[in-house]
Amino acid sequence: MEIDATWKDLTHALSGLFCASINFLESSTSYFAPSWAFRSNVSNLRYGALPREAVCTENLTPWLKLLPCRDKAGLASLLDRPSIYKGYYHSQRLQLTSTKSTGMVLKQTLTVVLKPDVQRNSAHSSLDNSIQPSWSVSSMFKKNVTGLCVPAKTSRIFFELETNMVVELEKLGYGDSWSNSIFDLSPNPVRVFKESNPLPGRSNSIIYEYINYSEHEPLDLGMKWKLPFIWSCSQSPFHASRFLMGSGNERGSIAISLQSTESNKEFLAKSHGCTVQVLIFQVVPWYVKVYYHTLQVFIDGKPQSASDVIEKIQVSPSEDKLFPGTLELMLRYPCSVQSVALTLDFDKGFLHIDEYPPDANQGFDIPSALVTFPNFHSSRSYVEDNLSINSPLLLKFQEKNVVRSYTEALLVPLTTPDFSMPYNVITFTCTVLALYFGSLLNVLRRRVGEEERLLNSKGNTTRIRLIPLLLSKFSSKLKGRTDGTPKSSSLLGSKFLFILVVVLAVLWHYIAN
Amino acid sequence: MAGIRGYWNLAAAAIAFRLLLLLCFPKDLHLGSRPEVATPLTSLRRLAEGYWLKQASMSPYSGSMYHGSPLLLSFLGQLTIRRVEGRPPHFYCSLMFVVVDFITAVLIRATGQKLLLSRHKSFQVLNLSKLVEASGIVNPGDFASLVYLWNPLTIVTCMGSSTSPIDNLMVVMAIYGACSRIAPLAAFGWVFATHLSLYPIILIVPVILLLGYGLDAPPSKLFLHKTSDASSSCALNQSPDNSEAPKLTDNAIHTFSWVQVLHFVLWVFIWLCFVLLLSSISLKDVGGLSEMFRKTYGFILTVEDLSPNIGVLWYFFAEVFDFFRNFFLIVFHVNILFMILPLAIRLKHRSCFLAFVYIAISSMLKSYPSVGDSALYLGLLALFCNELADMHFSFFLFCGYIGVSLLSPVMHNLWIWRGTGNANFYFATGLAYACLQTVLVVESVSSMLKHDRMLRKLVKA
Repeated sequence: MEIDATWKDLTHALSGLFCASINFLESSTSYFAPSWAFRSNVSNLRYGALPREAVCTENLTPWLKLLPCRDKAGLASLLDRPSIYKGYYHSQRLQLTSTKSTGMVLKQTLTVVLKPDVQRNSAHSSLDNSIQPSWSVSSMFKKNVTGLCVPAKTSRIFFELETNMVVELEKLGYGDSWSNSIFDLSPNPVRVFKESNPLPGRSNSIIYEYINYSEHEPLDLGMKWKLPFIWSCSQSPFHASRFLMGSGNERGSIAISLQSTESNKEFLAKSHGCTVQVLIFQVVPWYVKVYYHTLQVFIDGKPQSASDVIEKIQVSPSEDKLFPGTLELMLRYPCSVQSVALTLDFDKGFLHIDEYPPDANQGFDIPSALVTFPNFHSSRSYVEDNLSINSPLLLKFQEKNVVRSYTEALLVPLTTPDFSMPYNVITFTCTVLALYFGSLLNVLRRRVGEEERLLNSKGNTTRIRLIPLLLSKFSSKLKGRTDGTPKSSSLLGSKFLFILVVVLAVLWHYIAN
Repeated sequence: MAGIRGYWNLAAAAIAFRLLLLLCFPKDLHLGSRPEVATPLTSLRRLAEGYWLKQASMSPYSGSMYHGSPLLLSFLGQLTIRRVEGRPPHFYCSLMFVVVDFITAVLIRATGQKLLLSRHKSFQVLNLSKLVEASGIVNPGDFASLVYLWNPLTIVTCMGSSTSPIDNLMVVMAIYGACSRIAPLAAFGWVFATHLSLYPIILIVPVILLLGYGLDAPPSKLFLHKTSDASSSCALNQSPDNSEAPKLTDNAIHTFSWVQVLHFVLWVFIWLCFVLLLSSISLKDVGGLSEMFRKTYGFILTVEDLSPNIGVLWYFFAEVFDFFRNFFLIVFHVNILFMILPLAIRLKHRSCFLAFVYIAISSMLKSYPSVGDSALYLGLLALFCNELADMHFSFFLFCGYIGVSLLSPVMHNLWIWRGTGNANFYFATGLAYACLQTVLVVESVSSMLKHDRMLRKLVKA
């Protein structure tokens, strides 16, 4: 299958379908095939990023239109736009697979991170300030779940208690009850799924399934906290972040830092003498001119020789005005390391005035870097078998997915020329050029004796009046006499000829008409 | 003639000053990051990047970072990666450039001495011996080489992580070889100077004239006039079919010696094949010669990089409309080429000065000028201090150069680092610098021609 040949059609189709500027990714210089980051067949994968594009409601609406009931019925009717876009994070995903056995399957995933509003009740005691805010579906989305989408085979809501939360609950002796002295979960779930075979030392995560709801019994899933309760969430083993160093508009450095987190410490406690493998994939536009030879690695703050830590490196340098540069790194270092930092120097480029985007002083975006941890993966397995689970979501959770972390997109301010000056610059420069050209030729042209002639001629110049001279020339020519200096004769002769031609033309015009 | 007293002391002091700057300044002076000193063509940092890419089995020109010669990569690449603790980066390279500067100064001195000898010989032939003993004649070789060594622009270039000292050495080597009529040396210098930066190609004209006609001398008309007894009226009388010249003037009348020129052309071919062979070997797996020409000469001629420098082309091509871009590229380069013929016609008897004028013009109009080019032509200007003693505007130019050298970094800082200035501030200093260079070139040509007219008057009298 020719991927690159049909890429343009794909990007344009997606762009039209989702009202997003995906068509900017159409040229072969804006997408890449990272070799190691995604751990899949290299030749089939393409990766492109649009850092300046914001995802908003005009992308969500056509995405929802692909659902059989759109956002009119079923779970999608919950998606109240202001509530979603008030949240911290949202992500839309579309997966289209086509196989002989199953035909075409479209999977759509919307991920939203919301924070419930803190309700302040003056009646309660000060203890309430440390309790997590209680929430329910109606309070978060301003709507209840009413009715199914008729073409849907199943429509379910799952509620998960995370692993660490279950650990803390078990410490307090509450196990897997959904109504206890810490919180109240209402209504009661229909089924409970427990994770099996967790990593040693970890507890299971619990999933509650809710399935019974209809027009007459709207489901308002909610959680009411009674006592303060704290648990840590599971993180990637190293927290990846990226930032710019340096000041001024001439040069700077990109730094990627990996900080060890709790999850890594747990992992470390289990095994000794292990090494962590990290894959970093980064795309940098051409006007951020990276010096690859300045790549430096710091482990726990101390500089290391790059070859100690970097196992493999693959660089595809950028080309001015043509395509961006990509950098892929494979690092390997001991698990006990607290922090790893990579720095890369760059020079800021200068663009032509046409190449600046409309708001040029905002800066230019560098897309997120992708940090992959091949040793760590998130997958769960449940006690029940797949048939009885019957949920694509839980089946997806059971796949072995490598932990991937996306860093921040960077904003690089570049110097701007004065956009209002093209004519002025051209005229100034051409003036200097003309000065040089003219004066040099003038100096070369001057002959010996010209200065003396100029001095001599200055002594006996009289003011020449043009018209009397013309008349005298005309009369002398009529009378057949030649007079005057040879220098001015040619000039006056041509003037005489010109006037004669004009008079003749006027006469001809009158005679002909 | 006696040289400048204490010449070697002063030269050694200049070298010691450079070593002092290198060794005793613990911090990096950051001269390599100044756009006036290091351009995209000459920056050592980019050379280090090109070397890294070559070591990684990629073409050194990928990444649009390095645009120089692959021979320089092999020559300097190893030196750039060796770091010394507590010293500025590119320490070994700077040490090498100190040596290169010294060799350039010695070659300039030798050229000046040859010029002085030729001047005395021609004055003796013309019976202008009173000029020979006139006080106030400075030994041009000593003076020029001291000017070159002590010029702050040269010192800054030497310390500034830029490969301009090597370019300057090659150009001076070509001029010295041509003045001493050593054809292999002249060919070597010319071929390598052209290979490293494209613009010294126009020096083929003065080099051939130097090899053919010999060193700078008063116009040959004066010698003919001296020998002819019959004509006594105006000096414009050109009688090519003169009477038989006495034996003395046989040496003085400049006839074009074809042997030297053919010898030179042969050596040019030899060195050219050598350079191309070495380059193609070094770029064997990564693109070959066509990529080298595209990325070095193509880069120079099409002005792809719009980073600020001390010239005017960067802002011009950042602002000019795309429709006119090619037109203006041609205009700027033709301005250099067009002046070759008129200058050569007018100054063919003074080929060394012609070389200086060509270098000054190309430094002004080239794509990525730097102060290293100015250091070269200011040093060569001093070779003609005796003839150009009456130059107008000399004080104005001196103050202008100092002013531009001081203002340009300030404007750059205001624009890039503080953000309070504008690109126009920096461009204004570039424009002023271009005007200064124009005035310098025009005035020096004018005074040289005036000097010739004065000689003609003295000979006639």
